[in-house]
Amino acid sequence: MRAAELTTAFVLFGLAGLVVADALRLGIGWSTDGPASGFFPFWLGVAAMAACVAIAAQALRRGDHGTFLTRAQAAPVLKVLVPAAGLVVATQVIGLYVASAVYIGLYMRWIGRHAWWLVLVLGAGMPLVTFLIFERWFLVPLPKGPLEAWLGY
Amino acid sequence: MGFENLFLGFQVALSPFNIFIAVVGIALGTIIGVLPGLGGANGVAILLPLTFTMPPTSAIILLTSIYWGALFGGAITSVLFNIPGEPWSVATTFDGYPMAKQGQGGQALTAAFTSSFVGAWFSIVLITFFAPVLAEIALKFGPPEFFAIQLLTFSSFVGLGGGNPLKSLVSILFGFMLASVGLDIVTGQLRLTFGFVDLMKGFNFIVAVIGLFGVGEILLSVEEGLRFQGARAGMNTRVVLDTWKILPRYYRTFVRGSFIGFWMGFKPGGATPASFMSYAFAKRFSRHPERFGKGEIEGIVAPETAAHSAGVAAMLPMITLGIPGSPTAAVMLGGLIIWGLQPGPMLFKEQPEFVWGLIASMYTGNVIGVLMVLACVPFFAAILRIPFAILTPVIVVVCAIGAYAVNNAMIDVWYMLIFGVVGYVFKKLDYPLAPLVLALVLGDLAENALRQSLIMSQGSLGIFFTRPIAAVITALAIFFFVLPLVTPWWRTRRGAAATAATPRGH
Repeated sequence: MRAAELTTAFVLFGLAGLVVADALRLGIGWSTDGPASGFFPFWLGVAAMAACVAIAAQALRRGDHGTFLTRAQAAPVLKVLVPAAGLVVATQVIGLYVASAVYIGLYMRWIGRHAWWLVLVLGAGMPLVTFLIFERWFLVPLPKGPLEAWLGY
Repeated sequence: MGFENLFLGFQVALSPFNIFIAVVGIALGTIIGVLPGLGGANGVAILLPLTFTMPPTSAIILLTSIYWGALFGGAITSVLFNIPGEPWSVATTFDGYPMAKQGQGGQALTAAFTSSFVGAWFSIVLITFFAPVLAEIALKFGPPEFFAIQLLTFSSFVGLGGGNPLKSLVSILFGFMLASVGLDIVTGQLRLTFGFVDLMKGFNFIVAVIGLFGVGEILLSVEEGLRFQGARAGMNTRVVLDTWKILPRYYRTFVRGSFIGFWMGFKPGGATPASFMSYAFAKRFSRHPERFGKGEIEGIVAPETAAHSAGVAAMLPMITLGIPGSPTAAVMLGGLIIWGLQPGPMLFKEQPEFVWGLIASMYTGNVIGVLMVLACVPFFAAILRIPFAILTPVIVVVCAIGAYAVNNAMIDVWYMLIFGVVGYVFKKLDYPLAPLVLALVLGDLAENALRQSLIMSQGSLGIFFTRPIAAVITALAIFFFVLPLVTPWWRTRRGAAATAATPRGH
C-alpha cells in the first residue's frame, strides 16, 4: 500500500511540476491588462507539489500495511479493463456499432456463458437500438466504420 | 404581486392541453436525463424547433417540463449504476449507489425523487413571492463575491469532507489544472498543451465523470468477483410508502438543502456546487457521519434537495432579469426570443399570462413529474436484476457513447478509459473524486472571477476582504480551510482523543 501511495504522490508531483514549468513559460506575473496566462496554473501547481510532498511524508511516517491489489483481485479487474480497452481500440478502427456488437457478444459468451440465441439477440439488438436513438432520433452521429460505409451511412 | 396573478397562471397551466404537454415533456426529459451525454441543455435545444408553432406559454411549459424530467432522470442512473446522468447528481451517487448495492435501490430512488420534489417546490414558493426582491440582491454580486463563493465551496470539501484533507486539496488542485488545459480565452494563448493538438480542446467534465465514476467504479466493484453485489431487491409499491415514513426524520436536511440550493441557484453552475455543499453540511451535522458514503439515506436527501432547489432557482434570473442562471435556462431564453417575447423585468407587466403561467406550471410540472417517476420506481429497480455479463458490457458501451457524444471526438473515449483507471487508483488510495470533478466544472468560471477581481483591484488580494459580502464569505472559506489544522489542536486541548480514525470520505 505504501509503495502505491508513494508512486501516486510521485507521479502527481511530476505532473504538477510540468504544469509549473509551462506556467513559467507563459508568465506568472502581471501582463499589460491583468494577470498573465500562467498566473493561476502556477500557484495551483506549486500548491499541488507541496501537498504531494506532504502526502508522501505522511505515507512514510505511517508505515506499510495492507496490499494495494492482491493477485486474486487483479484477475477480475483485468477481465473488465482489458475488454473495455479492446472496445475502444476496435471502435477507433471499425466504428462503434460493430465494435459494441462484438464486444457485448463476446463478453456475454465468455464471462456469462449465456445461450447463443441471447448472445445474438442482445449483441445485435443493443447497437441497433443505439443507432435508432442516437443517429436517427437525436441526430448525434457516432463513430462508424467500413460496414456502415458499405450500407451507405 | 397578488394572488389573482398566480390564480390566472394556474388557469393557464391547468388547461388540458398544457397538462398533456407537461406529461410528454417530463417523459422525454426523464429519458434524456437517463441517457449519458444527453443533458437538460442539449435535450431542450434539440426539441426547441418543435415549439415554434405552439403558443409561447405551452412552448415554455414543454421546455421546462423536459428540464424537470432531466432533473429527476439524472438521479436514476446515479443510484443504479453509479453513473451520474447530470453533474449535479454526482453527489447522489455517494450514498445512492451503496444503497442500491445493498438491495435498497427502491428506497434510494424514492428518497431521491421525493427530495428533488421538496427542493423544487421550496424554490418555486420562494420564486412566487420573492422574485423581484431576490433578483436585485443577485445583481449586487460582482467577480470578488463570485470567487469568494467558489472558495467557500472548495473549502467545505477540505474542512468538512472528512478523510485526508491533503488528498482533498490535491484532488481540487488537479481538477483546476485539468480545467486550465487548452486555449486561454482571455489572452488567446495555449496552456499546458505541450504541443499536442488533441489537448487544445481541453478536458470536458462529462468525460471525466463518465470515466472516474462509471468505468472506475465498475473496476472497483468487481475486485471481489465478476458480479454486482446486492442486486436482488425486494421490490413492490410499498417501498415508496415505507420510505416516506422515514423521510420526515430528516426535515433539517430538507430545509438546509433547500436554502443552500436556492441561494446558490442564481449563479451559473449553481446546482452542482449546491449539491456538494449540502452533502458536506449534512455529513458534518449528522450524528452518524461515518455512515455517509456507505448507503445513508440522508446522503441522498441532502444533494438532491439542494440540486433541484438550485435548478428551479436558476429560472429566477431568467424570468426577472433576462440573465440565464444555467445552460438549460440559456437555451430557454433563446426560445423566448424566437417566440417573440422580450426577456427581462418588463415581462411581468407586458406578458403576465406568460410569466404566471410559467410559474404555475412549475408547481404542476413538478407534481406530475414526481408522481410519474415514483410510479416507475419498481421498473427502474428491476434493471439491477439483469445478469452481470450482460449489464457490464452494456454500461461500458453506454459510457463510451456518452463520452464520444460530448464533442463527437474519439479522443474523449480514450480519456474516458484513462480517467477510469485514474478513478480506480484514486478510490483505492482514498483520494476523493468529487472535488476534482467540481473543480473541472467550475475551473474557468473561478479563474475568470479571480482575474476580473484582481484587475478591479490592480492586483491586490485585499479586494476579497474590503467588500463586505465578499469579506464575510472569504473569512468563512479560510475558516474551513484551516479547520483540519485547528481541529486536532482543539481536541488535544480538551483532552479528547486526537487520533480518532477518520472515516473514509468522498
